[in-house]
Amino acid sequence: MATAYTPGLQVTDRMRYRARRVLPIAGDVLVSVGDSVAAQDVVARTELPGDATPINLANQLSLTPADVPGCMLKYEGDRVEVGDVLARTKGIFGMFKGEYASKVAGVIESVSHVTGQVIVRGASIPVEVRAFATGEVVEVMPGEGVIVEADVSFVQGIFGIGGEAFGPIVMACHDHTQEFTSDLLRDDMRGAVVIGGARMPGETIRKAIDTGVSAIVSGGMDDADLKGVLGYDLGVAITGTERIGLTVIITEGFGEIAMAQQTFELLASRAGSEAAVNGATQIRAGVLRPEIVIPVNADDKASSGGAATSTHVAGVLEVGTSVRIIRDPYFGVIGNVAGLPSEPTVLGSGSKARVLEVACESGEKLTVPRANVEIIGG
Amino acid sequence: MTKLNPDQINVILATDCGSTTTKAILIQKIDGQYRQTFRGEAPTTVEQPVADVTVGVVNAATEVGELAGRRLVDESGKIIRPAKPASDGQPPEGCDIYISTSSAGGGLQMLVTGVVREMTAASAKRAALGAGAIVMDTIASNDRRKPHEQIQRIRELRPDMILMAGGTDGGTVEHVVQIAELIAPAKPQPRFGSGYRMPVIYAGNKEAAKYVDETFDESVELTVVENIRPVLERENLGPARDQIHDVFLEHVMAHAPGYDKLIDWTDAPIMPTPGAVGDILQEIAKARGINVVGVDIGGATTDMFSVFDGPDGEPVFNRTVSANLGMSYSISNVCAEAGMPSVLRWVHFDMDERELRNRVKNKMIRPTTIPQTLEALVFEQAVSREALRLAYIQHREFATTLKGVQQQRTVGDTFAQQKSGQSIVDNMKLDLMVASGGVLSHAPRMEQTASMLIDAFEPEGITELAKDSIFMMPHLGVLASVHPQAALEVFEKDCLIYLGTCVAAKGRSKPGKRCFTYEITGSTLNERGEMSFGEVRLFPLGLGETARIVVEPARGFDLGNGPGKRVEREVRGGTVGLILDARGRPLIPPEDRAECRRTVKEWSESLKLYEG
Repeated sequence: MATAYTPGLQVTDRMRYRARRVLPIAGDVLVSVGDSVAAQDVVARTELPGDATPINLANQLSLTPADVPGCMLKYEGDRVEVGDVLARTKGIFGMFKGEYASKVAGVIESVSHVTGQVIVRGASIPVEVRAFATGEVVEVMPGEGVIVEADVSFVQGIFGIGGEAFGPIVMACHDHTQEFTSDLLRDDMRGAVVIGGARMPGETIRKAIDTGVSAIVSGGMDDADLKGVLGYDLGVAITGTERIGLTVIITEGFGEIAMAQQTFELLASRAGSEAAVNGATQIRAGVLRPEIVIPVNADDKASSGGAATSTHVAGVLEVGTSVRIIRDPYFGVIGNVAGLPSEPTVLGSGSKARVLEVACESGEKLTVPRANVEIIGG
Repeated sequence: MTKLNPDQINVILATDCGSTTTKAILIQKIDGQYRQTFRGEAPTTVEQPVADVTVGVVNAATEVGELAGRRLVDESGKIIRPAKPASDGQPPEGCDIYISTSSAGGGLQMLVTGVVREMTAASAKRAALGAGAIVMDTIASNDRRKPHEQIQRIRELRPDMILMAGGTDGGTVEHVVQIAELIAPAKPQPRFGSGYRMPVIYAGNKEAAKYVDETFDESVELTVVENIRPVLERENLGPARDQIHDVFLEHVMAHAPGYDKLIDWTDAPIMPTPGAVGDILQEIAKARGINVVGVDIGGATTDMFSVFDGPDGEPVFNRTVSANLGMSYSISNVCAEAGMPSVLRWVHFDMDERELRNRVKNKMIRPTTIPQTLEALVFEQAVSREALRLAYIQHREFATTLKGVQQQRTVGDTFAQQKSGQSIVDNMKLDLMVASGGVLSHAPRMEQTASMLIDAFEPEGITELAKDSIFMMPHLGVLASVHPQAALEVFEKDCLIYLGTCVAAKGRSKPGKRCFTYEITGSTLNERGEMSFGEVRLFPLGLGETARIVVEPARGFDLGNGPGKRVEREVRGGTVGLILDARGRPLIPPEDRAECRRTVKEWSESLKLYEG
């Protein structure tokens, strides 16, 4: 039987999730192997060196650079506060002395006799890393961070903005094809991870920000609305650092597109559970997709027989595989692979490519390039 | 690495280790001439779980070997050398030399600094780009950022190395050390791990070197080379460029998975892929005595190369990387930078802008999809024209004569004063354009490739168009360092596919007015006629064929000998043919959308862009 490999997004009700949580520079790890941690627990902490402010005292005091060290009242390693006099000139016959009062607080890091420049290092910037997944610490990388493992329900989105956010899952739409209009948002959704269905207009996102929603998830959105929310046209898909007041995740793509039914049903089945989400997306080397992570609690484990299962949808295309078409003219159409012709076919564009046949839910059979589908379902 | 006698090199294996695939080619001496014979590829293996680049190299080499019927890899997984002919029923085996380039892991990423942005910082940037690096940022005293903002920026970046320039020899010391005082407190971290110190190459005022050294602590590994700009009137990029290559091998490559082995295997130093492409283009420009532009348009970035005669008549090489102009990952940025109306002026039918914007974003988030319909293809090719046009503007702005040079002028120069810092890229003097990259190489019809090149670059006068058949230029660039003759032979015979020649008039007029008359004589093509302004016409002139063309431009139009002056030249044919372009330069499609659609449709029909 003909087969082919195609990438896909992960949507699974049970899997062993492994979160690598590391500091940007070396610091302290606060937990040990075997510890149970909650998603918002701090597991590692460090301090980034403070901002360095260069002050050109030679210019400020009209000195030659070589004279600067001799005029300093504060020296390397000294702490200075705003208003402290850093240096004083010798003046003329002891009069007309000039002095420079620091405009920043910090510690003097260096004084240069070549440039007459003094570097003042500001207060350290604390950085904390949270566990993100409610689970168990399975590995500690001393000074770097930890690896947390947890049994979770897991949904990968296709694109997101905003960083890590937390909150209970609350359903706003009753169906995966329902447009996520702003009237579906309620005041009691404050702090929640709110799940929509199909396209969410920009107005919905703006209202969600006003309501104080933690994160908002739906099938699609218009690029024009993304631009409106961000305030600029996103050129390159490297996101996660936006500060718009909440995290936004779309699961399918841009335009009028419904959330995949399986994704919607999985999220609906976990309504009320605490979730951790991350909108960070990076579509270059080392692809990063947005995530929705929902811990599976002990009761769930017992009810389904204990061992967690992991399914990854990226894999082999074969006759019968459920796929979604991810390129126009059939963008968003879902069906099953009905054939995998081995010979390349000439497309409408004139290019030659390997194709597959998709039997759609409507009964229609479509021929599309293999590059233009992704596997859905486990 | 042993030095081989070029005469004894008969079989060459070359690989290019890219971010996603490792491409191997075999070059063999056949009847006294070097030819590229077989190619193979395999996924690059620098990421987990394999994390050893040589695995991908061996896989690609094995595929080439199987196709060639030659055993290239032995039982222990090593490349067999030297080459041996078939004997005792055993197939031939091995190669005489093995060479490689690499851009895996995002290529070589650098931060460059200088004192004045337009002078020493520009020279540093040229050296880094010429060595094949991506320049993440350029820090200079006058880059309009405050010192604490510059420090913050250096902190955020994680370059592979830093190149510091600044000051002519005997010039400013203070400003150079000030730049060092921005880098030192920022404590930049190298991109690959914390296991080694940040390499900093200092190529500035030699009198400032010891103060720069004093400024840095043990977190930096400083090397000092000759000044990149010893005097304002002269650049000295060679020593800095060589040092970049050395640091690339010793630090960056040595820390990438499996590269320590690969360095041992190769018979010439591994080069960054774009650096090798630049080398082969310089070789071809030198060998044929021509001006060349090369382009490689990828999913994320567009690399542009040029070799043009400088003010002193010596060829000058320039390379630029347009970091966010590409056809998949960066497609949305192209549309944002160019503006959707600029993209749509190349499309000859109606499209809904809201729908298009969503399609563009969907391509960005699912970059591996391909156009299925003609409509989608036309739109992607329209985006490519704008990506190439913007990248070429950046290239022309960068490839200038040296800025800050005092010029001695005489009274005779009063009316012909040339400012320093003018672009040396002159489309009228351009002889050959070489295209590579998916959207250009894989266009269903080569007429489309030629049309994208002409519309984006707007060549003037007489220009040959070619494409790199299988992106072989990197391999040939390294080969040129070992065996230039073999590299040039393969470049001409197997690497380039000539599309044909474009004859284009510079100037503008009213549609329908005479632009130029032409007379073409050749063994297969004999035509004469007149081109009206706004027209473009394609004549069949096949691969390997040539013809003589005589062009008489109308007043105000220039084809190379000055406005209104006759031009006579031999032109080369190709897979597309001979294109006469009277659409004018600059090339401006009509502003009215309906008229623009009509005009672009006429152009596409004339060039047979979308015929079956």
